[in-house]
Amino acid sequence: MSEKVYDWAAIAKNPKFIELHHKKQAFLFGWWIFSSVYYFLLPIGAAYAPGLFKIKIIGVINFGYMFALSQFFVSWGLALYYAHVANKDFDRLTRELINELHL
Amino acid sequence: MTFKKIIIAASLTITVAAVAFAEEPKSAPAAGATPAVSTTAPAATAPGVAAQTPAAATSAAPAPLKKNVELKANKAITLTMFAVIIGITMGVVVWAARQTKSASDFYAAGGGITGTQNGWAIAGDYMSAASFLGISGLISLYGYDGFMYSVGWLVAYITVLLIVAEPCRNAGKYTLGDILSFRTNPKPVRAFAAISTVAVSTFYLTAQMVGAGKLMALLVGVPYKTAIVGVGILMVGYVVFGGMTATTWVQIIKAGLLMSGAFLLSFLVLLKCNFNPLAFFQSIVNSPDIQDHVSKMVLKDGVTLTGIDAGQRFLEPGLFLKNPLDQISLGMALVLGTAGMPHILMRFFTVPTAQAARKSVIIAMFIIGGFYVLTTLLGFGAAINLTPQGIISVDPGGNMATLILAQTLGAEIAPILGDIFLAFLCSVAFATILAVVSGLVLAASAAIAHDIYVNVVKDGHADQHEQVMAARITSLVVGVVGIMIGLMAEKANVAHLVALAFAVASSGNLPVVVLSLFWRKFNTAGVISGLVVGTIASIGLVMVSPNMTYPLKVADGAKKVVAAMEKKQAELPPGATLSEKDAKSLAKAKVDSQLTGTSMMGLEKPLFTLKNPGIVSIPLGFIAAILGCLMFPNKRSEEMFDEVYVRQNTGLGMAKAIDH
Repeated sequence: MSEKVYDWAAIAKNPKFIELHHKKQAFLFGWWIFSSVYYFLLPIGAAYAPGLFKIKIIGVINFGYMFALSQFFVSWGLALYYAHVANKDFDRLTRELINELHL
Repeated sequence: MTFKKIIIAASLTITVAAVAFAEEPKSAPAAGATPAVSTTAPAATAPGVAAQTPAAATSAAPAPLKKNVELKANKAITLTMFAVIIGITMGVVVWAARQTKSASDFYAAGGGITGTQNGWAIAGDYMSAASFLGISGLISLYGYDGFMYSVGWLVAYITVLLIVAEPCRNAGKYTLGDILSFRTNPKPVRAFAAISTVAVSTFYLTAQMVGAGKLMALLVGVPYKTAIVGVGILMVGYVVFGGMTATTWVQIIKAGLLMSGAFLLSFLVLLKCNFNPLAFFQSIVNSPDIQDHVSKMVLKDGVTLTGIDAGQRFLEPGLFLKNPLDQISLGMALVLGTAGMPHILMRFFTVPTAQAARKSVIIAMFIIGGFYVLTTLLGFGAAINLTPQGIISVDPGGNMATLILAQTLGAEIAPILGDIFLAFLCSVAFATILAVVSGLVLAASAAIAHDIYVNVVKDGHADQHEQVMAARITSLVVGVVGIMIGLMAEKANVAHLVALAFAVASSGNLPVVVLSLFWRKFNTAGVISGLVVGTIASIGLVMVSPNMTYPLKVADGAKKVVAAMEKKQAELPPGATLSEKDAKSLAKAKVDSQLTGTSMMGLEKPLFTLKNPGIVSIPLGFIAAILGCLMFPNKRSEEMFDEVYVRQNTGLGMAKAIDH
């Protein structure tokens, strides 16, 4: 199959591409670090702050349980937020870049 | 409890045992063991009754009433459901086989899977029988710690979503080797990537096969070897004839069945507390059986807790996971390893665009996370309705909790419903095994056929027909080898293999994938040193870890059992003898206490004290990859970074990736 030849170096220097990859990199690594820190607080907290985990919040349901459950909602929330930003910003920037290059 | 049951339990907890501080399986012969629970149907020999006898004999105190819990599957209904699943999946294979003509069809379903379908397939690929049965079992016995353990399996997908899914879709084709060889010297990189893929898949596959054989033997009473061969033939059939298309649909069907089962069972559990979550948690704390169970557990640590306090303790951490460093280490392996698992990476090549890859991870996260949240209901529901003591009497690892719960809650509506519901969940477990092992066989054969044969041996010069033939023959060979390993490993200690697979994926594969995609200077030397050091460090650390069997430690434990049993015997009234179960464990402990010698590595005790090597091996993998690359800089790799980076961000030039 014949393949279109792209000038990759030129695309990489295109301001639109630079904007795209700066925005993406900041978002992806920033939120990845956030989610990892939030996750590791769970085993660390359970081991070193048992007193906090025992505090009852609603009825017999304690902070530890709520915190573990919150991990699921934080992950889902982050996934949906990423989908929203990617669909709105990253995909739009990519389309604009491709249009600009007339590819 | 017979020795064989301990082995069965331990191998079912394959993932669970990664952090388990419970007793390890030991590869000693298990003579005269009961092969399957379903054969212990007569009430007189039921394990539940046997477990009550010593308690009644030794203590006059009013012990909480124990339920007589047992598990017996209705063979006719169960086998019918198995046949239906086999029938449906075989239909899928016939349909898929007709569509599988090119290499792209075989490895990536022609890129024609939608985001939603792929999301279900990822969930089906990922959730093994151990997470289906093992985690709810852990919750039913240890409460909060079981729930906490399940969290990492979902959070792992954040890494997949943010870091690897879309770039891999844009930069890869069929395998890990495709991603890594883009701007490196392809032959050595592909060879090493293939070795690492085969290693990870083999570790995981061995654990799955042994677990599958034991589970099937336990559920429907077929011998272990028959179960392995049966599961193996189906697995080979799906992959060889139907390739990725059939594997995908088997995984989708399995995920659908699993979620229906979990929802239905959760509904029944909630029905019992009138859909009031507060009442549900209150009934955990108030259950006298759970209170008694927790009191006995904390007593071992020298803590006295009774009544409501003991019940409340069940909702607090620390009953099962006792070494925080080991947990953090496992967490690292999960969070980074899932994104380095070849069979998971491969799923992203089946969708047409990066957008579809993104959508599929998000859908998978809702399915997987939803399942683990329901697991809380199932696990605690089992503890309330069956009592931890009853669950232990059937299986000391708690793996049967979900199944017994289904049978019990179903039977409360109508006895036949209990049988049908249990049979349904058994067939979910069966479908689960098939889906996971098929995905693994496909990933391993893609690495051998596509990376080694087509690209290293044939220099990439193979027509479509030859590529598909190579793929089919390789899958057949990989499948047969998988069956043989399964047959040989029946009595082996496989509990640490899933942790090992995640350790290799996180320390070997993930660093080089991330650096290939995001670091300009990365090159051939970096890929190879990263893969080699990460893989060897993980395997090496596990070999000297507490996962291995140390005869002297086993002997120490056995001596304590002998002392306890002899004391018990001395306290018995004259003429009375120990119960059959105690007598057996005494006899076995006497044999074990004579054990001497060293572990496989010639060690008397573990050199590395953690069961999960991630906390050491992951940084080692990254450092080796970075150092290797800096020591042997390569200009061409640096120049090609623009291409990789533009491709992975924009998807430009992807036609090449699909059409070859």
